[in-house]
Amino acid sequence: MARVFMKGCEAIAEAAVRSGCRFFAGYPITPQNEIPEYMSRRMPEVGGVFVQGESEVASINMIFGAAQTGTRAMTSSSSCGISLMSEGLSFLAGARVPMVVVNVQRGGPGIGAIQPAQQDYLQATKASGNGGFQMMVLAPSTVQEAVDMTFAAFDYAQRDRNPVMVLADGVIGTIMEPVTLPEARSSEQVAELKASCRSWALVGHDLSCEPRALVDSGDWDTKGMEQKNIEASALYESWKKDAQAEELFLDDAEVVVAAYGISGRIARSAVSLLRQEGLKVGLIRPKTVNPFPFESFDKLDYHRVKAILDVEMSIPAQMLYDVRMAVRGRCGISTCLHSGGEILGRHEIMDSVRGLFK
Amino acid sequence: MERNLMAAGFGGQGIMTMGKLLAESVCRSTDKNVTFFPSYGAEQRGGTANCYVVISDEEVGAPLGDRMDDLIVMNDPSLHKFLYKLVPGGTLFINNSIVRSEISRTDVRVVKAPVTEMALELGNAKVLNVIMLGVYIGYTQIVPENVIWDTIEHKLANKTSLLPLNRKAFEAGLTLGRQQRGAV
Amino acid sequence: MEKIYTRTKMLNNDVVSGFCPGCMHSTLFKLIGEVIEELQIENKVALVLGVGCCGLAKGYVTYDNTTCGHGRACATATGVKRANPETIVFTYQGDGDLASIGLAETMSAANRGENITVVFVNNGIYGMTGGQMAPTTLVGMKASTAPRGRDPKEHGYPMHMCEILNQLTAPYYLERTSCNNPANVVKTKNAIKKAFQNQIDGKGFSMVEVVTSCPTNWGLDPLKSLDFLEEKMLKEFPLGVIRDKSREEN
Repeated sequence: MARVFMKGCEAIAEAAVRSGCRFFAGYPITPQNEIPEYMSRRMPEVGGVFVQGESEVASINMIFGAAQTGTRAMTSSSSCGISLMSEGLSFLAGARVPMVVVNVQRGGPGIGAIQPAQQDYLQATKASGNGGFQMMVLAPSTVQEAVDMTFAAFDYAQRDRNPVMVLADGVIGTIMEPVTLPEARSSEQVAELKASCRSWALVGHDLSCEPRALVDSGDWDTKGMEQKNIEASALYESWKKDAQAEELFLDDAEVVVAAYGISGRIARSAVSLLRQEGLKVGLIRPKTVNPFPFESFDKLDYHRVKAILDVEMSIPAQMLYDVRMAVRGRCGISTCLHSGGEILGRHEIMDSVRGLFK
Repeated sequence: MERNLMAAGFGGQGIMTMGKLLAESVCRSTDKNVTFFPSYGAEQRGGTANCYVVISDEEVGAPLGDRMDDLIVMNDPSLHKFLYKLVPGGTLFINNSIVRSEISRTDVRVVKAPVTEMALELGNAKVLNVIMLGVYIGYTQIVPENVIWDTIEHKLANKTSLLPLNRKAFEAGLTLGRQQRGAV
Repeated sequence: MEKIYTRTKMLNNDVVSGFCPGCMHSTLFKLIGEVIEELQIENKVALVLGVGCCGLAKGYVTYDNTTCGHGRACATATGVKRANPETIVFTYQGDGDLASIGLAETMSAANRGENITVVFVNNGIYGMTGGQMAPTTLVGMKASTAPRGRDPKEHGYPMHMCEILNQLTAPYYLERTSCNNPANVVKTKNAIKKAFQNQIDGKGFSMVEVVTSCPTNWGLDPLKSLDFLEEKMLKEFPLGVIRDKSREEN
């Protein structure tokens, strides 16, 4: 397939359409407005539905309704808007309804800044709403990865009957890069994917020949509710096999940089430049931040690795909690951080790494 | 090989279009990696507007590098704010119709182009960005001139009446850029 | 002997409803069940339940249903209906749900003219949480969060949802009914049937507001509750058709 030059947000939207997304509801917020704008043009072309919700709260609950019919559905927002969606996400996860949510992160907390940041890591990976539910969280570092991950996110969601988050940021959302788009699923394939959900879907079953569907995040019976929690917990455990990371120069690395998303690509570039200087530095770039790629850190030879440098666009650092759990005290961890819409420069990362070799 | 460009000015000067035309041309005509990253103020009109274009044989790491090989400056505030980002030996392109300040560095090459005046001479102030793109391409030859023009034609497919004006603007910029290149 | 009445199949015989004695939710679910059967939509009906006492219905009804976030029923129903237009979808919401926390979702779905049916149960008080003040609580009426009674200076006045939605252009049908006597029960059933028929015909947003009692949280026995409903509630919330676009069409 030929390369096309696309903006991150639009590429994410197109990838969703090609994966079979046929319902989108969202509310304007910078820097992700190109996703709903694109969907408002594209959905009618493929027989799908676009609704501009009256709020993020309404939008996620529209998704709750649409996705319950088995229709592949997506919403997108940014940071403070995602917070408003946490109620709906909790219902979706509690009722085990598949959907995809894209967070194009901006500075925070509160209204923060409209510029790119990575300040929603813990919210995305640990506590996206009440009740201790989890989502798979995919973290793209290029527009191409955003496309591939969005496409795959719908399949993960349907496999698990659970929401999946694509955790992007304002840079990934607004940069333009050449991308190769995946082949679009045909309308027949999309219809089949929907039909395969019928047994549990809220479609109005023919009660004379089918059991009814009860799509419910709750249970009045506490034993029943606990059982739902146990089943969900088993699902979250099963994600270990899905962990993905880019690993670079780990064989002889003495300092390893850990960074995801936009920070990950800036770090990759810094690591390559430092290698040219002869410094033995490596990179672990989690592509899935939930599940976190703990194995990549277990593979390191801690007799050789002197330090890990956690690089992220969040002050205080957030991925650091997972990095600490991964390293388990086997070496020191330093940080190189920016926040609030300030974007990391690779020379800052390079200086931090050089400092660790001294 | 990696080349970093930053273009900066006021919103409304067509900075983003200029950067996008360049980046899209690279995508269309080469196998190179290229990124275009826009950076806006919160205002819908009249705020600051900057964009970064990175062209690279490798995967692009930082879509907005902290060291620029080329810097296009369309107004005074941008000169003061961003001149430090230019690498020693880098090239500064300035719209000297508007940018009147002294250039405080001597370790960079300077290409002056009065693109606002040139645009007004052509009868439309809006084409200053196309002129500046011509200057940049004429000077750097980073992408074949005809590839950029193809992209402009493609973008104006629904507004073909604007093509002659844009052609003149692009040519005027190219001529000035080529002249200054020869002068180095 | 001819059988002239049977219990609707749309209610689960094995499940105790969980509603208090004298509560009108049971009556309403019976009426809705009968309407579903009469319109022969039992093979394509889906219920979006609000949060509160109405949520007790999820095991009580026999057909597809979901419980959504508090106040979000109109948004969720929008999603269901738009994604699967052949499904006949209705919401069932109380006053706290529809008129307080869900006001934006209700207004916006009505304003978009979503082709859904809304059954709005207004008893002027929060039931499940224990008698707190609702947007529809009468002036002077005591609530567990307004122990001296609703004071307009502090709490404003009861909200009239049918009249508020009547300010919008899109809604197709708005009617307020009650279930305080047999005649009104019949009227309520007819209104609900019409609201479903409108959806089947693709007419758009239809809402039936049913003024009901809450003996438990009003602190009155079921019979006295009926008196209070008739003397106080219906004075504040007069019954009748507020909007019916089919009349303009004919």
